[in-house]
Amino acid sequence: MAHIPTQPGLPGISSLFAFRPETAKPMRELAHVLLYSESSLSSGDREVIATYVSSRNQCVFCTQSHAAAARAHLKEDASIVDDVLLNGVNASVSDKLKSLLTIAGKVQKGGRIVTDEDVALAKSLGATDMEIHDTVLIAAAFSMFNRYVDGLASFTPQDPADYVEMGVRMASVGYIPPKS
Amino acid sequence: MAYINVPKGLSGIRGLLAFRTETARGIGILTEELLCSDVGISRGEREIIAAYVSLLNNCYYCTTSHAATAKYHCDADEEFVLKAINDPENSDLSPKMKALMAIAKEVQQHGQNVQQHHIDRARNEAASDLEIHDAVLISALFCMSNRYVDGLGTFQPKDKSLYDANGKIRAKEGYLASMPQTK
Repeated sequence: MAHIPTQPGLPGISSLFAFRPETAKPMRELAHVLLYSESSLSSGDREVIATYVSSRNQCVFCTQSHAAAARAHLKEDASIVDDVLLNGVNASVSDKLKSLLTIAGKVQKGGRIVTDEDVALAKSLGATDMEIHDTVLIAAAFSMFNRYVDGLASFTPQDPADYVEMGVRMASVGYIPPKS
Repeated sequence: MAYINVPKGLSGIRGLLAFRTETARGIGILTEELLCSDVGISRGEREIIAAYVSLLNNCYYCTTSHAATAKYHCDADEEFVLKAINDPENSDLSPKMKALMAIAKEVQQHGQNVQQHHIDRARNEAASDLEIHDAVLISALFCMSNRYVDGLGTFQPKDKSLYDANGKIRAKEGYLASMPQTK
């Protein structure tokens, strides 16, 4: 049970968003820009980075929901998600994505661990300043979202099947709720 | 020098916010909501949680900035703020704030480290649901902001008087006033 009273039936971060709408709005907007809005990094790759960081933070809700969103974006390449979850930076992904996952993994541990060499490698593999910025901020943002979800012990469905529909919705409409 | 080409002359998070205004908006509004709210714990107490978590994350820029802002919310009592963030349990913080700082510390380590006894302690000191929520989210927010600032290798001046001057302005104006694109 969550540490604060939340609406029954709402899972994970949705229950916390309902508890405090004033903080929910900018958090949703940040997630939307980082994961869904137009970018030279595909939404699939960005959701994979979010999934990887959440998995390293052992946040089951964020890992499962963003893995489902990543699979929905990646379609026939959906197996990349499980490869990254299992093998991390040794997964069979492009060298550029590997270099970005390396940076994200370091940010997850602590910002100061990232080195000039990590960034130089990503740039040599074609990563732009904006892509490096977004990778660092996705990893930093999930260091927040994961702690928010678990720090308040929000409701976490245990069956991976419960996340499939959630992921499809995240991949199709993003994170800002449709205007009613 | 930062790892990416941020506008010259802007240190710490300010260069990053100017580099990407689309993400700056959400970060700015969230920071304003959490640190400039007058419901429950005070603005000074909110800044003390932010400075404490930043210190635990070893982020010089955020620690110095938010300790300075906290000072101006707390009658310019620097000694009180420094003791609060370096040794909260033996500081002059209220028992409720000590319990919320203990929760913030666990969140900084790992979300799942928060145990029922941490929550019970805060409730026994009359912390509300909203105060517990905000303590957790302020800690989580600074686990993001600290990583953002350090993970991109931003320039962080060593001259503390710069932070002090800025803290005085932040305590007066909040966070959105300095971000024209979010108005």
